[in-house]
Amino acid sequence: MIAYIAHRLVQTIPIVLGVAVLVFVLFSAVGEDPVRLALGAHATPETIADLRNRWGLDDPLPLQFVKFLRQIATFDLGESYNTGEKLTTIFRRGAGVSLSLTVPPFLIGILINVSIALLVAYYRGSWFDHAATALFVGSMSISYLVYIIAFQYLFAFELDWFPISGYERGVASIPYLILPWIIIVVVSAGPDIRVLRTVFLEETRADYVRTALAKGASERVVLFRHVLRNALIPILTQWVTSVPFLILGAFLMERFFSIPGLGDILINAIHTGDRPILMSLTVLMAIGYSVFNLITDVLYAYADPRVKLS
Amino acid sequence: MRPVPTVGDPVARPGRIRGGRLFAALRLRKYVLVCVGVVVAYALVALAGYAGLLPDFQERVGASYEPPSWHLSRILGTDIFGRSVLYKVLVGTQTAMTIGFVVAAISIPIGVVLGAVAGYYGGKVDAAVVWVYSVITSIPSILLIIAIAHVLGKGIGSVCLALGVVGWVGLCRLVRGEVLKQKGREYVLAARLIGASDLRIIWRHILPNVLHLPIVTASLSILGAIKSEVILTFLGVGIENGESWGAMIQDATGELAQGIWWPLAGVTVAMFAIIYALNVSGDALRDALDPRLSD
Repeated sequence: MIAYIAHRLVQTIPIVLGVAVLVFVLFSAVGEDPVRLALGAHATPETIADLRNRWGLDDPLPLQFVKFLRQIATFDLGESYNTGEKLTTIFRRGAGVSLSLTVPPFLIGILINVSIALLVAYYRGSWFDHAATALFVGSMSISYLVYIIAFQYLFAFELDWFPISGYERGVASIPYLILPWIIIVVVSAGPDIRVLRTVFLEETRADYVRTALAKGASERVVLFRHVLRNALIPILTQWVTSVPFLILGAFLMERFFSIPGLGDILINAIHTGDRPILMSLTVLMAIGYSVFNLITDVLYAYADPRVKLS
Repeated sequence: MRPVPTVGDPVARPGRIRGGRLFAALRLRKYVLVCVGVVVAYALVALAGYAGLLPDFQERVGASYEPPSWHLSRILGTDIFGRSVLYKVLVGTQTAMTIGFVVAAISIPIGVVLGAVAGYYGGKVDAAVVWVYSVITSIPSILLIIAIAHVLGKGIGSVCLALGVVGWVGLCRLVRGEVLKQKGREYVLAARLIGASDLRIIWRHILPNVLHLPIVTASLSILGAIKSEVILTFLGVGIENGESWGAMIQDATGELAQGIWWPLAGVTVAMFAIIYALNVSGDALRDALDPRLSD
């Protein structure tokens, strides 16, 4: 097991390196000049030269890349171009905010979606199944943006049940977050339930299902006791894989509701050309993605003894 | 009570030849045919746009923010400059379908070729392809697309390129896995024994057996591209000048609070129809071509 984990961690090194190269090339070699973006069109040559020097942009590109790699390796990420604040501080603050936005609907969504998917799988082939499928495909066919705009307009502006946008630290943030939570749950229902339904139906073809039915267990018992437990293994691993994306937050949501999470920080960085934020955040996300993929595989082997790690 | 391993769908009945099953699937379900018809209609609108047959959306057809009325050009109302929302939606349809098809045309060949080559040759070639797609998948796709579109500048071309360059990864992984499986089959061995070249084995023997993957992926990749364009444009890295659904939705954000709902409603309905149709067509194709996955 430990050898496997070590092997996998070594395997992620070339991938993270690849991400670092890609991101570095995209933003340093081809992207817009951040100094011009920061100083505007009327900057004097002296201030431009001064800023370039301060940001280390006069170094040759390979040296800049090595510096960038060292920052990633030591987790000493340097400062933002715009605010001069340390990136680690910005990211820690942003990640907390993003998690408060994404974790509650993620957990609520799991509960709701599994229940509905079981129900739909139980009544498969009936009018209820067909109606539910049509409804979920329909809900997937509306742009995410339209959900946000319509819900914000209806529930915050017209009905005035929730504040339109904003954020406060700690428990005071909850009133601001309820509407975004609802939207995330609603939007994720369609795709999640369709996948879950397929997983459940796939599982009903297993031999143990036939055995359980043959010994006289009712279809309900088979579905809720046997199938649910077995299907939870692939489902669980799927959820673990999506954890790093929770940290990044729902960036569109953060933009519409003025929630200062990582997604919002990222979009702002794109518009202002804040390279340190863009590059570090992307590489950190890639590392997180690789690590959680590894966790998924280990969990899978742990939950299902038939799976051998090699 | 039904027996549990249900094959409720007549489409999924095994033992018919592949092409026959596809047509049976499309004939058996009327609503699938309607959905395919919707996709064709949208494609025709796009073609009409390129032939110069769509009315000019820049032209004023009435007062500013006129609500919908029974007149063709004002059936979806007018925008702030008195332009027809219907005409804007039609031009947006042209943009959306163009992006959808161009992205599919970029990403599907890349995915099939790289997947087939990696799966067939294995070794270093495989390691290289797997490395490339691992790098791309470990960056959140929307971030990578935004970065590429940002670097390439605004406009329909860079949106297509960004979506296409990122979009081949999923298909490549599927094709690679399937080719890996097919490579060990007897028919491949037989072809090699009679002296067929690698290229011929891949092209004539293996590829027809994995062709259902790109066909099913096509409709999903078109609808993914249409949805992504809207978000990219909204974030300011997509298309400008109100020629796309994304730009219309962006305008609608402020208009809704003034009670002007018709531009948003027009775009939403237009988008809903095509994405719903592509979803249903994709599912029907998958059920027809890959009965193992149907339920």
